[in-house]
Amino acid sequence: MSAFIEVKDLFFRYEEAENTPFALDGVNLTIDKGSFVAIVGHNGSGKSTLAKHFNSLYLPTTGDVLVEGMNTKDDEHLFDIRKSVGLVLQNPDNQIVAGIVEEDVAFGCENLGIPPKEIRQRVDEALRAVDMYEYRRHSPDKLSGGQKQRIAIAGIIAMEPVCIVLDEPTAMLDPQGRDEVIQTIQKLNREKGITIILITHYMEEAVLADRVVMIDSGKVFLDGTPREVFANVGLLKQHRLDVPQATELNAKLRNCGFDLPECVLGEEECAEALFRLLKPAGKEDIPTEE
Amino acid sequence: MAVLKVEGLKLVYGAGTSFEKTALSDVSFSVNEGEFIGIIGHTGSGKSTLVQLLNGLLKPTAGTVELYGKNIWKEPKKIRQVRFKVGMVFQYPEYQLFEETVYKDIAFGPANMGLFEEEIDKKVRAAAEFAGLKEELLEKSPFDLSGGEKRRAAIAGVMAMDPDVLILDEPTAGLDPLGRDALLSQIQSYHEVRKNTVILVSHSMEDIARMADRVLVMNKGKKEMFDTTENIFSQGKTLEKMGLRVPQITRIMLLLREKGIPVDTGVLTVEQGFREIMHHMALLS
Amino acid sequence: MVRDITLGQFLPGHSFIHKMDARAKILLLMAIVVFIFVAGNYVSLLMMTIVSLLIVLMTRIKFRMYLKSMKVILFVIIFTGLINVFYGSGEVLWEWQFIRITWGGIHNAIFVIIRIITLVMVSSVLTFTTSPSDLTDAIERLLKPLKIFHVKVHEIAMMMTIALRFIPVLLEETDKIMNAQKARGADMESGGIIRRVKALMPVLIPLFVSSFRRANDLAMAMECRCYNGGNGRTRMKVLHFSWRDLAAAIFLLLTFAGVIVCNIFVPAVM
Repeated sequence: MSAFIEVKDLFFRYEEAENTPFALDGVNLTIDKGSFVAIVGHNGSGKSTLAKHFNSLYLPTTGDVLVEGMNTKDDEHLFDIRKSVGLVLQNPDNQIVAGIVEEDVAFGCENLGIPPKEIRQRVDEALRAVDMYEYRRHSPDKLSGGQKQRIAIAGIIAMEPVCIVLDEPTAMLDPQGRDEVIQTIQKLNREKGITIILITHYMEEAVLADRVVMIDSGKVFLDGTPREVFANVGLLKQHRLDVPQATELNAKLRNCGFDLPECVLGEEECAEALFRLLKPAGKEDIPTEE
Repeated sequence: MAVLKVEGLKLVYGAGTSFEKTALSDVSFSVNEGEFIGIIGHTGSGKSTLVQLLNGLLKPTAGTVELYGKNIWKEPKKIRQVRFKVGMVFQYPEYQLFEETVYKDIAFGPANMGLFEEEIDKKVRAAAEFAGLKEELLEKSPFDLSGGEKRRAAIAGVMAMDPDVLILDEPTAGLDPLGRDALLSQIQSYHEVRKNTVILVSHSMEDIARMADRVLVMNKGKKEMFDTTENIFSQGKTLEKMGLRVPQITRIMLLLREKGIPVDTGVLTVEQGFREIMHHMALLS
Repeated sequence: MVRDITLGQFLPGHSFIHKMDARAKILLLMAIVVFIFVAGNYVSLLMMTIVSLLIVLMTRIKFRMYLKSMKVILFVIIFTGLINVFYGSGEVLWEWQFIRITWGGIHNAIFVIIRIITLVMVSSVLTFTTSPSDLTDAIERLLKPLKIFHVKVHEIAMMMTIALRFIPVLLEETDKIMNAQKARGADMESGGIIRRVKALMPVLIPLFVSSFRRANDLAMAMECRCYNGGNGRTRMKVLHFSWRDLAAAIFLLLTFAGVIVCNIFVPAVM
């Protein structure tokens, strides 16, 4: 894996005035190509502000953000950067431009001046990748939130980016829509090798990433694999974040001195650990009932 | 005593056109005074339609809604009075803020009720306190508040009408964990102090489980179950079959049970799960 | 409610008309409209009506949908019809000065009503069979020559696209906000004009605020997708004229010729 995005000593404030606090306060971060990174933090922690730096929607007050070596401050690279780093926003309604699904997906490619035939191919492929091909002739306003969000993702994929940044893509969705979107981005990461940066405050989603970065008041506090990060139940709670219930239960019991792993992530792992603890003495392993 | 009683409720959208769609059919139940009711169901299950029927924003195609034993549509001209008694907080209520100051916005409901100035003032301040809005925010423009504060201001605007029944449709949607917890405990304390009826609609079973006395499960426009919270949530498998997501902790308990450990599967919070496991550990030794 | 209106709605399909080029449809529609007015007697008007009905049939869309869009302007049809009956001067029918004024009025009324109905029918054909984006696309291309007069053709078309996309979104939002304010006891149904306008503020202000928020988001989303105006932009769909458009054009030209011939040889009255 090689570094795809490099964030160097990034400071950012919304207003020029000297005395306003920094929204981003000295962030250093490297994102590898092909990785799946979750950036977590509560509302107002600076995570969305950071997301908008990755494709030069926002420019650092001081410090640099480099995308494949191109500085986001460099005007001549603007379109190259936006071509390789796509951004999906929170509200699914507000980012769909055209009144027909496939035409919306084509929008980005059209802006890039790609020949019509190739756009057609890319659009069809992108719609298949998010499993929305059969809806290609539909109007977006009759679709569910999860479907709209997948259309927005398809619109980015069609531009064949290296990386997709998703800024709280599931915050406005119901549980089913949330699943659809998360499954889609997991698939894109695994099958197409697209780098995923997922901004979220749902820990169940962050668990699925290769790496979790926790930020608060514009600073990086934790950075590691989900297992490393979620071992810090107390610290996460201090920073106004949740921990998956499985992880929390395990930590709570472990604190009471029980022989449990340092950190568990999913429900199956947790149930397995608890089973070893609770299984009747003498019996080694009860075959699970079907 | 029953505050709300619903019988044979049915709602058909666009009746007689090609877009005809039955959103709700044959729903009957009643809600007692001072109860905390949770309504769950996935998108399109008819739960939002149901609550809009309860305060007379929608008129049923068939069936009746009774408030204190009186059909709310008996005198259609007085339907506004029903809306003052059955307060409704919609999803993303912050989008309804419009006044110059938070104070004026919260006062909009009470002013529509035709109350006197002092009474309005009292209600606004009480509601702001229940919603956890600081005094100094009242004179600010609602558009200058943070996302969470806007949500609270909008909820206060409904609480200020001092309704007998308060309905909240997904009040925590889009909030982060801290904002969600704070809002839920404010609703809880409002319920405890005012002792009025609260109906909470949510996707989140954790939220419902923590607060509700009884739970109504909606599925495909019909009432699927209506029972005490424990009885509903001990049927995790049935709920999952309806496409509802049970809390992770419940799934862990279900898994343990499959493995042959006789744990209680009606567990919904980490706290309950912790106690349940401790209980079993004690049995082992 | 508002969403029941069929006028201006797109109904996807695979008919001959659906498959025609949107530019051809617009141009031919304009020609038909002109000739509906050129048709000066019953024979030629009948010709135009039959042709219009034929086109309607060819769309293979249920006739009920056309009736629905007619319903919206039913009032206009009746009103103009009546006006013509009462105020019909005999200008067009100078041969019978006497009883004729009323007759002229009736003729006029019939003419006007048939004209409006055919007009609505053919314009419905255009919107029913052409997707909004094809429509804006076609308009953009047809207006392209105006660029030399510095008309911002691409920008206008983009605005139309976005407007079409967001009208349903905003309608739904209006519904939601109205309900929310009604739940707080807002009274929008009674009182005089001033009271009613005042009662609308709780709906209009949030709607305004949210439109700005949406516009802001949309602008950001467009920027993220490398939008940079019309320069260097390509389109996925290439519009091209086909044999269908040629056939339709020839057929209509023959009809128009027929109308002109009728106008010359058949007297302008029956």
